[in-house]
Amino acid sequence: MIETAFTPYQSLAGGVLIGLAAVFLMATMGRVFGATGILAGIVAPSSSSDLGWRLALFLGMITGPAAMLLLTGEMPAVQVPVSMPMLAVGGVIVGVGVTYGSGCTSGHGVCGMARLSPRSIAATLAFMFSTGVTVYVIRHVIGG
Amino acid sequence: MRLILSYIGGLIFGLGISLSGMANPAKVLNFFDIAGSWDPSLIFVMGGALIVTFIGYRLVMRREAPVCDKQFHVPSSRTIDAKLIGGSLVFGVGWGIAGFCPGGALPAIGTGSVDVLVFCAALVVGILLAKTLQTRAAANAHNN
Repeated sequence: MIETAFTPYQSLAGGVLIGLAAVFLMATMGRVFGATGILAGIVAPSSSSDLGWRLALFLGMITGPAAMLLLTGEMPAVQVPVSMPMLAVGGVIVGVGVTYGSGCTSGHGVCGMARLSPRSIAATLAFMFSTGVTVYVIRHVIGG
Repeated sequence: MRLILSYIGGLIFGLGISLSGMANPAKVLNFFDIAGSWDPSLIFVMGGALIVTFIGYRLVMRREAPVCDKQFHVPSSRTIDAKLIGGSLVFGVGWGIAGFCPGGALPAIGTGSVDVLVFCAALVVGILLAKTLQTRAAANAHNN
């Protein structure tokens, strides 16, 4: 377990930018900003006409850390308190879950909730609940 | 034009994720660990993103169409079914194990962290696995 500092202002600024990105993508491309849909559209494209903008968006996303370095002089911290096998197993489970659940924290949690979509509200409650239970079990039942 | 605007949208999102702490599994897992090393910062990420998107979407959707498309592509389904809830519950289990969600992990690729690459590779495997299973299930349903 790694202790992390409470960062309300920086996290709020980050959240506002995430929201602005979602609004910007809707205003320009008319699309919801869902990381799951963007990644799935790149690794398993259903139409070639959507591949280009999704790749451009993906390239923009991965330049985010460099933009933060330019602005603040620091790269974002990536502290991983879990083992490599847990990352790999967790990654596969996340991939299966978001595909069946049609979205993740950005698609359902931000864009869908902002539209007051009943599906997205239900999905967000479901995954926040199961994430909380999983963390509790790993840290306090198995690990405790 | 579509590609440049998509890149900018991705960049704003990637910068937001980087600043917010969503790219840091230690911070994400601590948010869910209310019984342990709780870090409530991510409430500010979600709050900031939701307020901006909620207001911004309403302003943008007053227009006839987005800048680069003839229409807004907004998911129209309102069905809350077992696939949505089951998939979302599964996603949360993976998120609780690994600490990364797709929207947090994709921008973090730009930090060059090997942990992020392992998670993202596993995420892609999970998405392709689920897509294959869905295609098979659809083909079976069609044949019967």
